[in-house]
Amino acid sequence: MKYQVVIGLEVHTQLTTNTKIFCGCSTRFGAEPNSQTCPVCLGFPGALPVLNKQVVENAILAGLATNCSITQRNVFARKNYFYPDLPKGYQISQFDLPICQHGHLDIEVEGEKKRIGITRIHMEEDAGKLVHADIPGVDDSCVDLNRACTPLLEIVSEPDMRSPDEAIAYLKKLHQIVMYLGICDGNLEEGSFRCDANVSLMPVGSTVFGTRAELKNINSFKFIKQAIEYEIERQAEILDDGGKVIQETRLFDPNTGTTRSMRGKEEAHDYRYFPDPDLVPVLIPDQWIEDVRATLPELPEAKRARYVAELGLPEYDAEVLVSSRELAQYYEETVALFPQAKTVSNWVMGEVSRALNEDNNRSITDCPVTPALLADLLKLMEKGTISGKIAKTVFDEMYKSGKAPEKIVEEKGLVQVSDTGAIEAMVDEVLKNNPGQVEQYRGGKETVFGFFVGQVMRASKGKANPAVVNELLLKKLQA
Amino acid sequence: MEIFDLTIHELHEKLAAKEVSSVEATRAMLERIEAVDGQVNAYITVTPEQALVEAEAADRRIAAGDVAPLTGIPVGLKDIFITKGVRTTCGSRILENFVPPYDGTAVAKLKEQGAVIVGKLNQDEFAMGSSNESSYFGPVKNPWNLECTPGGSSGGSAAAIAARTATATLGTDTGGSIRQPASHCSCVGLKPTYGRVSRYGVIAYASSLDQVGPLTRDVTDAALLLGAVAGHDPKDSTSVNTPVPDYVAGLAAGVKGLKIGLPKQYFIEGLDPDVKRAMDEAIALYKSLGAELREVSLPHTEYAVATYYLIATAEASSNLARYDGVRFGHRAEDARGLKEMFAKTRAEGFGPEVKRRIMLGTYALSSGYYDAYYVKAQKVRTLIMQDFLNAFNEVDVLLTPIAPTPPFKIGEKLADPLQMYLSDIFTIPVNLAGTCGISIPAGFSAAGLPIGLQLIGKPFGEASILSTAYAFERETQWHLKKAPL
Ligand SMILES: [Zn+2]
Repeated sequence: MKYQVVIGLEVHTQLTTNTKIFCGCSTRFGAEPNSQTCPVCLGFPGALPVLNKQVVENAILAGLATNCSITQRNVFARKNYFYPDLPKGYQISQFDLPICQHGHLDIEVEGEKKRIGITRIHMEEDAGKLVHADIPGVDDSCVDLNRACTPLLEIVSEPDMRSPDEAIAYLKKLHQIVMYLGICDGNLEEGSFRCDANVSLMPVGSTVFGTRAELKNINSFKFIKQAIEYEIERQAEILDDGGKVIQETRLFDPNTGTTRSMRGKEEAHDYRYFPDPDLVPVLIPDQWIEDVRATLPELPEAKRARYVAELGLPEYDAEVLVSSRELAQYYEETVALFPQAKTVSNWVMGEVSRALNEDNNRSITDCPVTPALLADLLKLMEKGTISGKIAKTVFDEMYKSGKAPEKIVEEKGLVQVSDTGAIEAMVDEVLKNNPGQVEQYRGGKETVFGFFVGQVMRASKGKANPAVVNELLLKKLQA
Repeated sequence: MEIFDLTIHELHEKLAAKEVSSVEATRAMLERIEAVDGQVNAYITVTPEQALVEAEAADRRIAAGDVAPLTGIPVGLKDIFITKGVRTTCGSRILENFVPPYDGTAVAKLKEQGAVIVGKLNQDEFAMGSSNESSYFGPVKNPWNLECTPGGSSGGSAAAIAARTATATLGTDTGGSIRQPASHCSCVGLKPTYGRVSRYGVIAYASSLDQVGPLTRDVTDAALLLGAVAGHDPKDSTSVNTPVPDYVAGLAAGVKGLKIGLPKQYFIEGLDPDVKRAMDEAIALYKSLGAELREVSLPHTEYAVATYYLIATAEASSNLARYDGVRFGHRAEDARGLKEMFAKTRAEGFGPEVKRRIMLGTYALSSGYYDAYYVKAQKVRTLIMQDFLNAFNEVDVLLTPIAPTPPFKIGEKLADPLQMYLSDIFTIPVNLAGTCGISIPAGFSAAGLPIGLQLIGKPFGEASILSTAYAFERETQWHLKKAPL
C-alpha cells in the first residue's frame, strides 16, 4: 500500500450519574419525551447551572485510569451555536483547560504492543434530540430535551493509530476501562459510548499528515471498522487520481457500508468559546484526587497480570476472564470459595459461558448458578461425590432450576459409586462378557484398557468412581 | 400622609400595630398606580387580584403575630425577575407573552416574608440602556419631570418609588442600572457586592456583572430589603456563602473617624456644575460630621466604559441566544425552515439596542478578535479591580457622583449611543470590580431635577456604605422631597 492511514478518535461517554450535570433532573434513558426536564436544562430565562460533583469525580477516575494528569483549576466554557435541540444556544463544555491531559493507553494488535496517546478528557453537557416522528397531524419536527444536560466525558486521542485494527483495539480497551470504572454503561446502541473518527492518509514514509475527514457518531465497533476501511479506500482513490481530500464531516451509512458528506468546512462554525460566567472555576486539591484514587478499582491490565502471577493462570485464561469487570468478579468470588484457580477458570470459560451464550447472551450478573453454587458443585466433584461428567449434568440442572447441587445429586441419585464391592461386580461382569478383548490386552494391546473403563462406566450409568474402576480393572487384568 | 407615601419601616409599624391592614395598604397602592401610572409608565404588568390574595394572607399572618419586616408591604419587581404564573417580559417583545413556570430565589424570599407583589416594572429591554427608552413597552417618564428619562435600566423601579406607586422595589444593576435611575429619581438604590444576592431567576444580561438590589425611599428601607434577599443560594454557584449581617442594626454607626476617599478621576472638568455643587456640599457635610476626606486614585478608570461594553456585550450575545422561538416566547410566523425561523424570530423580537449589543458581543468573541477584545478586556478588568483594592487599603469608602449630569430629556441621547454609554461612566467601574455601591439623594439642580451621590464600599462592605449613607440622610432632607405628581 502506498498510503499510511492516520487515525485519531474522539469518544463521548455518557456518565451513569443519577442526575444531570447542571441540574437535579433524572438521566434515565427512554422516558416520556420532556418528562425529565426543569427550567435549568430547558434553558429557561433566569435559570442557572450548578455543577454535579459526581461528574468531576468520574472525570478524575477516567483520567487516573488512562494515565492522565489532573488539571487542578477547571474552567467551564460556552460553545455557542444555534440548534433547536440545544436549549441555551450554547453548550457548556471545557475548552482550553480540560480536566485530564497527557495520558495514554497501551494496546496490543497481533502480539505487537503499542502506546496510544490521550490528548485530553473534558466534561460537558449533552444536547437534546430532534424527533422527526410520525405524529398524526404534526408536520414539524419535535424536540425531546430529556437528554439535554446529561453529563458526558469527551475522551480525545492523539492521532496515533495506524490501522483500523489499532483503532478498534484502542476503543475496546477504552470501553472496557469506563465499564470497569462503573462510570458509563457502555451501551453503544443507545449512544452512551459513541465515537467520532478522524481519518487521513499520507504517503508511506511521510511524517506530514494528510487532510482528514471526520466520521461522526458511529454506534458499533463493527461499523467503526467498516467506516474507517471505506474511508481509507475513498481517500486513496482520490489521491491516486491526483485529487485533494477535503476536510469535512462525513456520516456512515450502515446499509451500504459507505460514508457520505454531511457538511463542508466552509460551513464550519465559529463557536466563540469563552469562560461560562455562571459557573465558578472548579478547584481540585490534591486531597480530592487522592480520595478519588482510593476508589479506583483494579483495572483489567493489573488484574490480568495478577491472575498470571498469583493464581498461575495461563495468559489466555487471564485475558478472557478480565474481559469484563463482572466476569472477573464472578471468577474471583468463585475462587475465593473454591481455591483451585485453573479448575474454576475452566468452568467459568467453559460451562458457565456456554450456558449464558445459549441463553440469549445472558449477563453474568444474573447467572442462575451463582459463584457460591458453582463452588459447591466443584467441591462435590473434588470430594469424589460426583464425577466430572456428572458435574456437567448437574450444572445444567442447576442453571435451569437454580437448585443447590447437593439437592440435585440427591434427587436424581447421581452420587458417585465408590463402593469397591459394587464396582468389582460390574468389572467382573464386563470382563466375563468380553473375553476377546481380555485376550488382546493380555497379549500386550494395552489400548484396550480404555474400552473396559468405558464399559464399566456405562454399566454404572456414569456413577462409578473412575479411580476405583481403574484400580480394580488393573488388578483383575494383571491377575 | 397617605399610606402609599410610607416607607417600609413606617408601614411595618402600622401593620404590626394593626393601625392599617395589608389589604388597605395594597388597595391604596393599586389605586395610586391606577391614578398616576398612566403618566409615568413605570408598570408593564399590574397584578391586582394576586396582590390582594397575598395581602389577605399577610393580614392572617399578622393576626397570628408573625410579622417579618416585609410582611404585608406592597412591592414592585423589575420585569427581569422571573415570577411564577405572572408574565415576565424583560421589556422585550420576544418575551411579551412569556409566563414562567417558576419563581426566582429573590422573589421566593420576598414571598416567604409575606411581601405583596403589586406588579412588574418597566425597564430597558433586557436591561440594556441608561434611560429606559429601549423598552418594548414604551419609555418610562421621570416623575420629577415627565419630559425627562428616569434613567435606566431599572427606570421603572426607580420611577415607581418616586411616583409613590410601590413602597419598595427590586432592580438589577449591571453597569449602574440601579444606582443611576435611583439618582435620577431621588431615591435610594443599592448595588450589592457580586455574589451577595442570588441571580437565580433573574434574566441574565451580563452574568459576571449583574446583581440584584433594592430601590427604596430611604436608607433604612434599603438595609431592610437587602437583608431580606441577600445570602447564599445553592442554585447559583456564583452566590457567596458568607453570613448576612443585620444591616439595620448597623446603620447608626456614624462616620466619626471614617476615611472617605475622593477618586480624582471622578471629579473631572466637564462635570455638570449642579452635580459638582452637590458633591462639594456632601463633602463638607461629611467633614463636619467628623469623617476624614482624602483624595485617592483609580488610575484605570478611563478604560472602564470600553471594558464594560466588551465584557457585557460578549456575555449578552451568548445569554440571549436562548431566545430562538423554539421553546417559549415570540416565534416568527411563516418562516420556512429552521434558520429562517431563528433569524426572523430574533429580528422581530429584539429591539435595536439589544441587536446592537448582540452584534458587538458576537464580534468581540469571534475567532481572530477574541484575544484582542475579550481577553484584553478581562485583563483591564483585573487592573480596575486592583485599583479599588489599592484604594481600600487607604480609605473605608469612596464618595463619587453617580452621573455626570442630572436627568436628561427623553430622546436627547437616543441618536448618539456613545454619548448615552458615557452616562454610566461613574457607576460601571463598581460592577467591573464586583464591589458594592449605593446611590442616595443629594440635592437638586437649578431646574429642580434630582442629583444623587454614590458611596462605594469594599467587597461585602454593604453595612459600611449603608451606615455612611444613613449619616448623610439624617442630616439632610433630600429623601423626604416628593415628586410633583
Ligand atoms: Zn433539569
